[in-house]
Amino acid sequence: MKAFARTYLGVFMAFLYAPIVVLIVFSFNESKGRTFTGFTGKWYAQLFSDAAVMDALFTTLVVAFTASIAATVMGTAAAIGLEKMDSRLKSGVMKLTYLPIINPEIITGVSFMLLFVVAKNVLNSVGIPFQFGWITLILAHITFNVPYVILNVLPKLRQMDGSLVDAAMDLGCNHWQAFTKVVIHEIKPGIISGFLMSLTFSMDDFVVSYFTTGAKHQTLSVLIYSMTKKRVSPEINALSTIIFLVVLAVLIAVNLVERRNINRAKNARKERQREGGSFR
Amino acid sequence: MNDIIISLQNITAEYDGEKVIENMNLDIRDHEFVTFLGPSGCGKTTTLRIIGGFVEPTEGDVFFEGKRINDVPPFKRNVNTVFQRYALFPHLDVYDNIAFGLKLKNTPKEQIRIKVAEMLKLVNLEGYESRNINQLSGGQQQRVAIARALINEPKVLLLDEPLGALDLKLRKEMQLELKRIQQALGITFIYVTHDQEEALTMSDRVLVMRHGKILQNGSPEDIYNEPANAFVADFIGESNIVSGVMHKDYLVEFAGVKFECDDKGFAPLEAVDVVIRPEDFKMVSVDEGQIVGKVESITFKGVHFEIIMEGHGLKWMIHSTQSREVGAMIGLTLNPDDIHVMKKMEETL
Amino acid sequence: MRVKAAAYPYVAWALLLIAIPLGLIIYFSFTDSAGSFTMENLIQVGGYSNVLIKSVWLSVISTIICLLMGYPVAYIMSRSSAVTARTLLLLIMLPMWMNFLLRTYGWMSILENNGLINQFFGLFGLGPFEMINTQGAVVLGMVYNYIPFMILPLHSVMTKIGKDVIEAAQDLGAGPVKVLSEVVLPLSLPGIKTGVIMVFVPAVSTFIISQMLGGGGNQLIGDIIELQFLGNAYNPNLGSAISLVLMLLVLLIISVSGFLNDDDLEEKLL
Repeated sequence: MKAFARTYLGVFMAFLYAPIVVLIVFSFNESKGRTFTGFTGKWYAQLFSDAAVMDALFTTLVVAFTASIAATVMGTAAAIGLEKMDSRLKSGVMKLTYLPIINPEIITGVSFMLLFVVAKNVLNSVGIPFQFGWITLILAHITFNVPYVILNVLPKLRQMDGSLVDAAMDLGCNHWQAFTKVVIHEIKPGIISGFLMSLTFSMDDFVVSYFTTGAKHQTLSVLIYSMTKKRVSPEINALSTIIFLVVLAVLIAVNLVERRNINRAKNARKERQREGGSFR
Repeated sequence: MNDIIISLQNITAEYDGEKVIENMNLDIRDHEFVTFLGPSGCGKTTTLRIIGGFVEPTEGDVFFEGKRINDVPPFKRNVNTVFQRYALFPHLDVYDNIAFGLKLKNTPKEQIRIKVAEMLKLVNLEGYESRNINQLSGGQQQRVAIARALINEPKVLLLDEPLGALDLKLRKEMQLELKRIQQALGITFIYVTHDQEEALTMSDRVLVMRHGKILQNGSPEDIYNEPANAFVADFIGESNIVSGVMHKDYLVEFAGVKFECDDKGFAPLEAVDVVIRPEDFKMVSVDEGQIVGKVESITFKGVHFEIIMEGHGLKWMIHSTQSREVGAMIGLTLNPDDIHVMKKMEETL
Repeated sequence: MRVKAAAYPYVAWALLLIAIPLGLIIYFSFTDSAGSFTMENLIQVGGYSNVLIKSVWLSVISTIICLLMGYPVAYIMSRSSAVTARTLLLLIMLPMWMNFLLRTYGWMSILENNGLINQFFGLFGLGPFEMINTQGAVVLGMVYNYIPFMILPLHSVMTKIGKDVIEAAQDLGAGPVKVLSEVVLPLSLPGIKTGVIMVFVPAVSTFIISQMLGGGGNQLIGDIIELQFLGNAYNPNLGSAISLVLMLLVLLIISVSGFLNDDDLEEKLL
């Protein structure tokens, strides 16, 4: 049984990592072909001197950070408000919130495109300039990010001991102070994970960006898409390798931090048990 | 009447269209230790939250030192609360939790330091300043919660089942501690609990509540010895409650037997509830017994035996230091002052 | 100050950028390019029914393969130590964080006629085998990209099955097979349901995987939609109508499965 499990996992992981290994190996391949002819770093050099790639990277980062920050602020406020809303209204808003998550991405993308086309026609006809580009990308990204923030923050609000807010107000906080001095500390994990989720979804998104991007600035994923159409372009391999290494580094760092937190919590619990026992 | 600190007048509170408190009138005097006692859902916590400012009454007025405070938000009331599960701020350490209220008032640092030290001394937690909240035991958290409320020098401290989460031994310890603190500071404590023993131990005055109404308002001795009705009697300690008929003043009949009693003022042949504390029965021989029956079970309870006897078609609970065999026939007698006759409650228990 | 007012900006936003766009899909479905009412678009969708059927068929196959491949992985994870399970989970999620276009591009290099597999067979004088631009390649791409969505919900359900429950079954005489079929499988049904939906929905609506691995001959419904909006066939009215049909199909499957009625919805969606 054990041996079977090991073998099965081994084969499964090989399947999962095969294309990634291939990408990494060929990123160092001298020739453009499918046979390894010699080691080179030239694709990396080419990648970094490629203005289109650098512009796309910049666009991706700006869109992702702007949209994630906006979504985090709006989503956190929304979660706090929703928690106090009467249940019928709340469930209506939540249904709307689930839609971008459960709907096929292509439909979300297409629906944004329709909206922005209509908005462009209407706004341009009254003389307001509006076109596909940064603004449409950011609006779309905010919209598909907010639900993830709400879904991360709401459970934290629900888990929070409601009397903490009462206690804060009892001790002299007004509503805003109760939020900044107490509530925000309690829901911080939810806000952070909502923000990080937004950031990764934004950076990783292709479908929605594809339908809402303008002619001038493309996101990295849209650029990658146009590169794959050219069939063989080893720059993609180099880019993949870099992205893979960045992701790996981030995940390892996150994992280490989490493990440290778990250990710290464990130690705290142990200490409490010791203390609790010896208290008069 | 000038020492009345809090006054509730014609208070009604509704929650989801259901009346949680019905037309309550109550005065609380300064320096008093008052306890709201009742089962869960009786409205005791809601009453406390109305005083704290967390719940707005649907009708009626709340007065604090003669001023109407219905519209005053909690953070402007000179009242502080110790919450049921303490509600300590997990992101702050002991010192910052206790200093929270003073920091909001922009009290100078040095003064905060002195006051926090004072409070820690009051609750016996000196040296715990930099502890994290999650490193404290339940009893220690309780003390921090009390210190955090008291440092603001409230005129009234509200305590919402503050000992509910503690184990029995610690609870008894904290009961005495709370009473000591209240006497040391000389401020008003309004305490909410469902534990009758806790209420009787600490309070100057106990208010027994049920279904949003105050059933009895009196000293612990009054409440125990002269319960106003069968519900109070049953809630405060264990009781035998049977239906009876009042023949005339000082004569009541129950279980088919007429007894002399201390009660008067009922209509002739009025149906009444009769309450007898299990420790008030005297076990005698069958011949001497006013009530006679067979021992059904006997359980050793530490200080006494609990005997269940069946007789006159009813079951009786007796607490006695003497044991009897199961199946043995015994007699019971009662003194007139052991029989508590009370008006029938309009609703069944 | 009313706390619930904090949600109003978002409510307005959601109406403007979630509700109205979906309303526009409905509006465009029922109008022609001049803006007058027509059923023509929806009638035309009928002409693509074979593409729709193919999309559903390939997605169903992919979903079943994901379940069959993913279930053992989740089961093994749930029976291993916490550290091992965590490491495995990380290994499974790691490729997910890399853009799926890149990973799919990686498969292209492997499957191509002069790709790695055919080079390997070429050493023995075999092949080349036609692998890319087939339905099989599309299914492979779907399975590869979406199998983590199957494993994650299965894993989270299975780790909640207490060790005591399994020990109780063993105590009552169940062998490994019986433990799996009588205890683990029934208890993991909610995870299977979630996993099936989370694989099927993106699979049935994909348009990249089919383009990259399926070539021109394996157009799926997503490709048709894309063509109406960004391709040569530009016809947003027809595109909207197809989108509407696809959306209704997906929402129907989701609502029939009761996916949205559970209490732990938030946990599932994240």
